Amino acid sequence: MTAYLTRRLATLPLLLLGISVATFVLLNIAPGEPAENALRRRNPGATPNPAAIAQMRAELGLDAPMPTRYIRWLTSALRGDLGESYLSEQPIAAQLARSSIPTAMLAASALVMAICAALPLGVISALRRGGLIDSLGRLTALVGASVPSYALAYGLIILFAVKLSWLPALGYGDAAQLALPALALSLAPMAQLTRLIRASMLETLAQDYIVTARGKGLANSVIASRHALRNALLPAISALGVSVGNLLGGAVIIETIFGWPGLGQLIVTAATTRDYPMVQGFALYVAAITMLVNLFADILLRIADPRIRFARSDA
Amino acid sequence: MRRRYGAARLLMEPGSLLGLLLTLTPALAGLLAPWLPLPDPTAISLSDRLMGWSVEHPLGTDHLGRDTLSRIIFGARTTLIASVLTLALTMTIALVVGMFSGYYGGWADTMLSGLVDLILAFPALILAIAIAGTLGPGLFNVLLAGGLVWWAGNARIIRGTTLAARQAEYVAAARAMGASDLRIITRHIAPNILGPFIVIASLDMGWIILGIAGLNFLGLGSQPPTPEWGAMLNEARPHLQSAPRLMLLPGLAIFLAALGFNLLGDGLRDVLDPRTRRAALSRG
Repeated sequence: MTAYLTRRLATLPLLLLGISVATFVLLNIAPGEPAENALRRRNPGATPNPAAIAQMRAELGLDAPMPTRYIRWLTSALRGDLGESYLSEQPIAAQLARSSIPTAMLAASALVMAICAALPLGVISALRRGGLIDSLGRLTALVGASVPSYALAYGLIILFAVKLSWLPALGYGDAAQLALPALALSLAPMAQLTRLIRASMLETLAQDYIVTARGKGLANSVIASRHALRNALLPAISALGVSVGNLLGGAVIIETIFGWPGLGQLIVTAATTRDYPMVQGFALYVAAITMLVNLFADILLRIADPRIRFARSDA
Repeated sequence: MRRRYGAARLLMEPGSLLGLLLTLTPALAGLLAPWLPLPDPTAISLSDRLMGWSVEHPLGTDHLGRDTLSRIIFGARTTLIASVLTLALTMTIALVVGMFSGYYGGWADTMLSGLVDLILAFPALILAIAIAGTLGPGLFNVLLAGGLVWWAGNARIIRGTTLAARQAEYVAAARAMGASDLRIITRHIAPNILGPFIVIASLDMGWIILGIAGLNFLGLGSQPPTPEWGAMLNEARPHLQSAPRLMLLPGLAIFLAALGFNLLGDGLRDVLDPRTRRAALSRG
C-alpha cells in the first residue's frame, strides 16, 4: 500500500506538469489577442489603439518569448502564486477558491442524490431480474444516458418554477435554490451508477460462493446484504473518480443556466476572453482535484477489496 | 451468412428497431432538408413572431417569426453532421493511437499511453469548453475541440484489444510465415477490432450529440442565424415563460436522437460482442 501510494503520488506532479505545458502551448498557439480583450473589458465601449495594446502586452508580460513566459509562470506557480486575472486583476487562486464552494455544493448534492437513487434501484433490479423494478432501472439508465442535462434543466424550470411555482428558477444561496440544478445534474451519474451496480450485482450473484450460501439455505436478503453487496459495489467505487470528473463537466453547463456563481461561469468567461493565466490556473486546479479524487477512489477500493491490496503489494 | 443472421437479430429486437427509427428519421430528414417543402429556416418575419401551432407552421414560430419545424429539421442537419464528423475524428485518432501503441509497444506506447492518461485525468467537457472557447466561436472549432478531447478512452480500449490480438497464436503463425506488419495489422488484427469498434462508435455517437449540442448551447459553436439544436435552445432562453415549447422542442430532438443511438449501440453490442453473444446462446 505504501509503495503503491508513493508511486501514485510521484506521478501526480508529472501529470500536472504535462497538463500545464499542454495548456500553455494550446493557449499560445490559439488565435486571439488577450491584451486587446483585457483592454476592452477594463474600458467598455472604447476601441483600444495599437499603442495601448502594445503597452498592455508589455504590462502583462506577453512580449517575452513563449518558453520564457512559461518558466516565469511555472516558477511563481511553484511558490503557490497563480498570478492575476487579465480581466478582473484579482489574484487567481482567491477567485478559484471562491468559485469552488458553489460548485462543490452543487456537485456533492447531485452525487449524493445519484447514489441514493442508484443504489437501491441497481441492487433491486439485479435481485428481481426481469421484474417491474428491473424494467424501471433499465429505462432510467437508458433515458438518463440520453437526456441532455441542459434541456432537462429547462424542463425542470418550466415545470417547477414557471407552472407550479414550487421552487425558484435562479439564484444561489439557500437549499430551495439548490434543488433544481442538483436534480438536473444528478440524472446522468444516476443512470451510469444504476447500470454499473445492476451489472456488477448480477455478476456477483452468479459467483460460486453465492451458490454455496444459497445451498446452505441462507435467506435471499442475507445473501444480498452480507455476501453480494460488498463485492458488487467495487466497480461503482472505482467509477467514482470518473463520475466526479463528469459531474464537474456537467456543472459547468448547469451553472450557466441557473446563474450559479461557480467554476463553470469562471472557465467559460476566461476561455472566451483569452484570460490566459486564469485558464492556466483553472486547468491546473481542476486537474489536481480530479486526480486526487481518483487517487482517493483507488485507496477506497483497496481498503474495500483485499484481493487488489495483496495482489499488488507482492509485485 | 453469420452477418445476415446478425442483421436479422438486430431487426427483431424492438429496442434496436426503435433505435434505428430514431436515428434514421432525423438523419434522413436532415440530409434531405434542402429538398423538402419547408419554409426557409432563416427567413425572419416579425409579424409572425412567437405564433402557436397552425397549418402553415405545424410547430409554430420563434421570436423572429421563423418556422420552428423547418429550424428543427435543418438543425438536425447541422447537429448530426457536426456530431458525425466529431465521431469520425475521435475514432480515427483512437484507432491510430490505440493500434500503434498496442502493436508496437515500447517507448511509443509509453508516450502515447501517458498522453491518454493526461487527457483522461481531466474532465472531458471542461477541456472541450476550454479549447473551443480559446479557439473562438464556430461550429468547426467545437467539432475540433470535441475530436481532440473525446478519443482517449477509446484509444485505451483499442490498445487493449490490439495487444490481446497481437499475442494470439495465429499472429505468431502469420509472422513465422513472413507476413509484414502491415499485413498482420490489416488482415489479422483489424478484424478483431472491428466488432468493438462499431459498438463503441454507436454508443459514443449518443453522448457526442449531447456534447456537441451542449457546446453549441453555451454559444461556443454555430452562430445565429444557423439552425442548430443546442444553439436553438440557447436562443430561446429569454422566451422561457412566453413560449416554453421553443426550448422543449430542440431539447426533445437532442434527447430522441441520443436515445436512438444508445438503443442502437446496445443492440449492436448484443449482436457483435462475442462475449455477450455466447452468453445469450448458452442461456437459450
